[in-house]
Amino acid sequence: MDIYVFDGTLEGLLTAVFYYYQRKSSAVRLVSSEHYHPDVFHPAFEVISEDEKAKRVWSGLGKKLDKEWMMHFYKSFLSGQPDTFQDLFEFSKYIIDNIPGAEDNYGNKYVLSISQMSHKVHREKHRMEAFIRFQKTGDGIFYAHIEPDFNVLPLLIRHFKNRYADQKWIIYDLKRKYGLYYDLEKVEEITFDFTTEMSPALNALPEQVLDPQEELYTLLWKDYFKSTNIPARKNMKLHIRHVPKRYWKYLSEKQE
Amino acid sequence: MFDRIREKLGILADAAKYDVSCSSSGSNRKNENKGLGDAEGTGICHTYTEDGRCVSLLKILLTNHCIYDCAFCVSRRSNDIKRAAFTVDEVVELTMNFYRRNYIEGLFLSSGIFKNADYTMERLVRIVKKLRNEEKFNGYIHLKTIPGASEELMKEAGLYADRMSINLEMPTETGLKLLAPEKSHDDVKKPLDYIRKKIEQFSDEKALIKSVPKFVPAGQSTQMVIGATPESDKEIMHTAHAFYTNFSLKRVYYSGYIPISNDNRLPVIGSQPPLIRENRLYQTDWLMRFYGFNVTEILNDAHPNLDVDIDPKLSWALRNLDQFPIDVNTADYRMILRVPGIGVASALKIVQARKFGRLHRDQLKKIGISMNKARHFIRYADSPMQLKDYEAGHIKGVILAESSSKYQKVAQNQLSLF
Repeated sequence: MDIYVFDGTLEGLLTAVFYYYQRKSSAVRLVSSEHYHPDVFHPAFEVISEDEKAKRVWSGLGKKLDKEWMMHFYKSFLSGQPDTFQDLFEFSKYIIDNIPGAEDNYGNKYVLSISQMSHKVHREKHRMEAFIRFQKTGDGIFYAHIEPDFNVLPLLIRHFKNRYADQKWIIYDLKRKYGLYYDLEKVEEITFDFTTEMSPALNALPEQVLDPQEELYTLLWKDYFKSTNIPARKNMKLHIRHVPKRYWKYLSEKQE
Repeated sequence: MFDRIREKLGILADAAKYDVSCSSSGSNRKNENKGLGDAEGTGICHTYTEDGRCVSLLKILLTNHCIYDCAFCVSRRSNDIKRAAFTVDEVVELTMNFYRRNYIEGLFLSSGIFKNADYTMERLVRIVKKLRNEEKFNGYIHLKTIPGASEELMKEAGLYADRMSINLEMPTETGLKLLAPEKSHDDVKKPLDYIRKKIEQFSDEKALIKSVPKFVPAGQSTQMVIGATPESDKEIMHTAHAFYTNFSLKRVYYSGYIPISNDNRLPVIGSQPPLIRENRLYQTDWLMRFYGFNVTEILNDAHPNLDVDIDPKLSWALRNLDQFPIDVNTADYRMILRVPGIGVASALKIVQARKFGRLHRDQLKKIGISMNKARHFIRYADSPMQLKDYEAGHIKGVILAESSSKYQKVAQNQLSLF
């Protein structure tokens, strides 16, 4: 058993697959440097990400997998889960070593776990498309922050850019400390230091930075949420299944 | 200063909530003018009410003033409630501002009928026109067709709306006549038919000329109230089937009646809405639309009502044990879909995966099928030997004993005394 340590990037993971074939390793345990604990008895091979090698593996996979499966691969990667890194590594080997069409084999452990993880990440992306609540700031930017389970910001760009083409917006991931900014032309990655008044501890922006109309619309939205409820049908179990409690913090309609 | 608009929204959202449709999917309106919004592809539920219903659209009435007196409707003429009406601009502002904050996918606009049908429809059309033409709004718009409105107005509405709907209200003509003598199913069929023909005409023209505008791209739907009148499940689903077929509807909604009136023709206020029944009807609807079942297989003269304790697919399978067990490694996709505990996604995975080797129990479990139901109806590579056939009642007992139904004996929202 060889231990490969990679830098946690997609490029690194693909480079690792390249080295597996070049070094003719028998079996590999793939660990990201973030999760790696050095072990004197089992020295590790450090994978240095290389664009060239990564591209070769990616295009190799692309020859066998259709676009949808390449997306599954990417989405699973964005989960950032240690087990998923290993699954992606094994999945790549399985696809490379077998005839085209092997990805249909849902009886294979790795095919199934990649397809299921991709599904989970996709669900998180979809939830963010639903649960993001913008607040309009005094300078006309629509701002929202989120703490998704997985790194879904890259998957959100297209949706929000198409939808909010005529307004500036920012979506900030507090967990991963970066955000997206759309300036009416293009979407850019941004990072910023929060000033004390824009503390991430707050689930909403402080009043003094908001557009004067913001209070009204937050209020109307909360009112609407209440009046559209039918108390005779109350079913909190179903409610919580659809809107898990960990998302409530940033939903304006769930604040008192 | 916010008080007046808050009060209006309260009244007119409250009055609109009994229309259960909140779908925002199936349209193809893209944001091509650098305006606001995009209604392409799958819908999004931005939140859920405490009763677990999706909130996707700003669902409001333009006004709850109404000239009709339908016993089942909260806005009926004779009901002593507060009345209100939005202005055109108020609806436009609310929609745009809610949409910009990512609260909603769009607008669901309905109205009580004031003065007459055309007068009402004309106001609704004015709102959607303003949203599309002046505000460059490309979000989803669901517009109610007002029964009796002129064809010109309906046609104009169809050019701006993504979906249009008109409610049957009661599953049978007799039921409707009992509670709303001024209305008839024909008032619903005529506009449904007119819009259906227009949709077909536009799509035929679109095939020839690319610049033909969109016309109700997300299709039409309708709604029936369940449990206000004494129809059987068979009558309800056969009506639904007929409407799906005759008017190419995208959806039929079933809305369990919520007592809102002391009228002695209706269930008394405080009685439980028929939520389990409503759920079973939706399951049947799904079996018809996605699982290849014919409505007469599930509901017929010998079996006019759905079981409450088990779902309609399991119920069908138990009545047709001669067709089981099937071997998942060889059976047709069509039959795999009919196994209780196997859904569309799992069925597809099974037929793909079995090309690579015979499937075993642990693989089937991982694929996501519900073994506690399915195992009575299937064989797989490592099936245990089974010496005798069990009868339907026995299988049902075993399944019920192993599962905890989502429907407990006591309704969740009812307090238990002990």
